[in-house]
Amino acid sequence: MPLVDVHAHFLYAECGRADWAEVNAARMRAGATMGITCHIASILGSFGFTSPTYFPSPADVTAGNDAMLAICEREATHVRMYATVNPNYTEHALGEIERCAAGGAVGVKLAASRRADDALLDPICSLAAERRLPVLHHIWQHRTREWPSQEISDGTDLARLAQRHPRTWFILAHIGGGGDYQHSFHAISGAPNIMLDISGSGVDRGMLDGAVRCVGAQRIVFGTDVTMETGLAKLRALDATGLLSARDTEDIRWGNAARVFGADRLGMAGIGGR
Amino acid sequence: MIGVDPSVFIGQYAFRHVPHPDPEVLVRVLDRERIERAWVGYLPTVHHRDPSPGNAELQRLLKPWRTRLAAAPVIRPDYPQWEKALDSAASEGAAAIRAWPSHWRMAADDLRLRDLALACGSRRLPLVLTVRLEDIRQRHPLDTAGDLSAATVRSLARAGDGARLIVCAAGKDFIEEVHWGLTPAEQRRVVWDISWIWGPPEDHLAKLLRTIGEARLVYGTQWPLRLTQSPAANIELLPDDVARPVFADPSKLFD
Repeated sequence: MPLVDVHAHFLYAECGRADWAEVNAARMRAGATMGITCHIASILGSFGFTSPTYFPSPADVTAGNDAMLAICEREATHVRMYATVNPNYTEHALGEIERCAAGGAVGVKLAASRRADDALLDPICSLAAERRLPVLHHIWQHRTREWPSQEISDGTDLARLAQRHPRTWFILAHIGGGGDYQHSFHAISGAPNIMLDISGSGVDRGMLDGAVRCVGAQRIVFGTDVTMETGLAKLRALDATGLLSARDTEDIRWGNAARVFGADRLGMAGIGGR
Repeated sequence: MIGVDPSVFIGQYAFRHVPHPDPEVLVRVLDRERIERAWVGYLPTVHHRDPSPGNAELQRLLKPWRTRLAAAPVIRPDYPQWEKALDSAASEGAAAIRAWPSHWRMAADDLRLRDLALACGSRRLPLVLTVRLEDIRQRHPLDTAGDLSAATVRSLARAGDGARLIVCAAGKDFIEEVHWGLTPAEQRRVVWDISWIWGPPEDHLAKLLRTIGEARLVYGTQWPLRLTQSPAANIELLPDDVARPVFADPSKLFD
């Protein structure tokens, strides 16, 4: 059965880490063991080496997207990409979306360079809708104060943005990525164009049950972010919730991703009759 | 088959609802995960001033499951007659003792903690410490204890040859900071559960297996707070050169 990881990252030489190629190889190795058939990935600028991860400079955004385009070309059967953009540079962001979409990008990645409900995100989300590109938005589950190094947004902020852009698909990033995920479930339960990705290092018992109960299986997508073992654990734990049919599990593994990204773009057209 | 998981609890957690944290459910989970036995703490006691009633409740709840579940009661070394409480715990069959230095606001070099570690060791009881029960980014506003400090673990490992520590829910940086800050003899007094060590793509578990070695690690799940599937998944995704590790057996730390 296909398995789509909607929240993956790769590194490249300009990230300033000597082990960047080993980390990329580890993702592909673990992905093969897990049965991931499609990694939808992004590179956030230089990941802090020459500009901050969540506030990447335009030059780093372009370099990261270039590196991601090259990885997609090399791993064409298993890797797709998001165009990463920094909404503080509107023209550059729109240009990167067009350039990367032409190169095969299937979505847009927004880090935390601007709060999710900021008006600067509007032109980006409008273009994403036009190009049928879902927006994966970095989220801090229930922002209660400012944290250093990022303009953190939470589910409430993203819900406001999603309401302004009903034709755009949004993915609320990593419910296991830190913060009060229970707040996020309530914040987006009434926002039908927001999906939840289950990635993140957090593996709290009750998290998956809460997500299923609050938004339903058809709005949950599989992801790993930077801890693939927690992704595999969650896949297995989904069965133990007792809340999902076989079809629901299939939807979380890949069906929902195929629906919002387009099965054709993920190389999955016709699989499972979808 | 895993021998002992020393990291688990029963009972409700103060800051979020935990689904059915009951001993009979734990035994079913152990069967599913192919784990023979567990050393079990009582979650409510973490936030109690006097741990005695919680310890008694833990013993009562575990009684029907003695062959699979052994108690890991809490002893506060800043409470009067704690040695007596420790003797009682030992005579009632405790497999280990738990302590919560951050919750008790005890400094890393508090001599009472060191006395506790040595007193546990003299009774062949490991001292179980937990770095965190939840990710720091999701803590309830009233949950102000903070994570256990690496300095506390170093101090306890240096207390004396009799101490044996099981440290749960530590990440790679924490483990390395303690391990490489100890002499080889002191390092052998500490084992680390793998429940909070990252897997691929960063491969923290693989790196620790290559550096500090499998003998310094034990299997742990942090049930009922965390998914028991996580450590098993982590092992399954290890690269070939460290595949199928043989972890330390918590019940043989004094052998």
